[in-house]
Amino acid sequence: MCTVCGCETGEMKIDGAQSRGHGHSHAPGFTQERMVQIETDILAKNNEYAAANREVFAGSNVLALNLVSSPGSGKTTLLTRTIEDIAGNTSLAVIEGDQQTTNDADRIRETGVQAVQINTGKGCHLDGHMVGHALEKLSIEDGILFIENVGNLVCPASFDLGEAHKVVILSVTEGEDKPIKYPDMFHASDVMLLTKTDLLPYLDFDVDMCLDYARRVNPNIEIFQVSPKTGEGMQNWYSWIASRQASNEIARSG
Amino acid sequence: MHELSICENIVSVIEEQAVEQSFGKVKTVRLEIGPLAGIELEALLFSFDVAAKGGVAENATLEVIEMPVIGLCISCSQSVEVKERYDPCPICGSFQVQITGGEELRIKELEVL
Repeated sequence: MCTVCGCETGEMKIDGAQSRGHGHSHAPGFTQERMVQIETDILAKNNEYAAANREVFAGSNVLALNLVSSPGSGKTTLLTRTIEDIAGNTSLAVIEGDQQTTNDADRIRETGVQAVQINTGKGCHLDGHMVGHALEKLSIEDGILFIENVGNLVCPASFDLGEAHKVVILSVTEGEDKPIKYPDMFHASDVMLLTKTDLLPYLDFDVDMCLDYARRVNPNIEIFQVSPKTGEGMQNWYSWIASRQASNEIARSG
Repeated sequence: MHELSICENIVSVIEEQAVEQSFGKVKTVRLEIGPLAGIELEALLFSFDVAAKGGVAENATLEVIEMPVIGLCISCSQSVEVKERYDPCPICGSFQVQITGGEELRIKELEVL
């Protein structure tokens, strides 16, 4: 309702800078209340940063993978093993996201691969803007960029970083119902790595039920069961990476 | 707890619009949010007051229009309303339901002075 003269503003929808919404005028000097149609995606700004990152990746032929999971799932262990096993085939770089410490980037650098640590402070996720700045500190062409997100199964689902794929990591020491407890993340991911499978003999984890839950949330999700400790199943994950890299090449040359 | 950064995004869109569409004060911010957008409304309302402090949206009321979750069932080709991503189709029971609505996270309009 208009505060000046009490007219109903039900029909008053003003686009753009135009400020007169109804058929009569107010005395000058009075402020007129009006509606401004915005219809803007709240994450539009992040999506712009992500799109810019995506362009950088395309231009330098980099396959960017965004690794997401809850804290303690063994992301960094899985990543260091992956790096050690495939570093001979392609050039690699890593962006590490954590609230505090450079421990993870230090662990990656020990493998000889370049790594940049982003500390989000109080932040619970990486966003497109942070990753864009981290990219300035890396030199990578024709290779793979692993972005290890902050350990959190909730917020990173909403923030596009410009990656080609989100890869969600779930360890068998967590509940098999994680995919339906945190459906947004499993829905947003193209791949699920069920990790620490060497521990299965000691646990009551129901693998089939877990996979069923994951496919309910995301019928197209690709699932690999892996153990970075024994190396079991890791080859399937590497083959998937290689196939994504190959289709990147085809898309590029096509 | 990414509601605070969502609110910072909302405030930054509003501040940009304030310059573009020349207004100095926002009375109401109307959002469209789907249940699948991953937003906790209580946390959003709490964070908004903090994020809006000192700007054109300070003391503005945040109104949320909650959108329904709509899916297209691949098996029976019906558009159906569900609650969660993993819900089966209420008509034929299939889990092949492709979500088409419910992920909205949009600023719809502002009431400004």
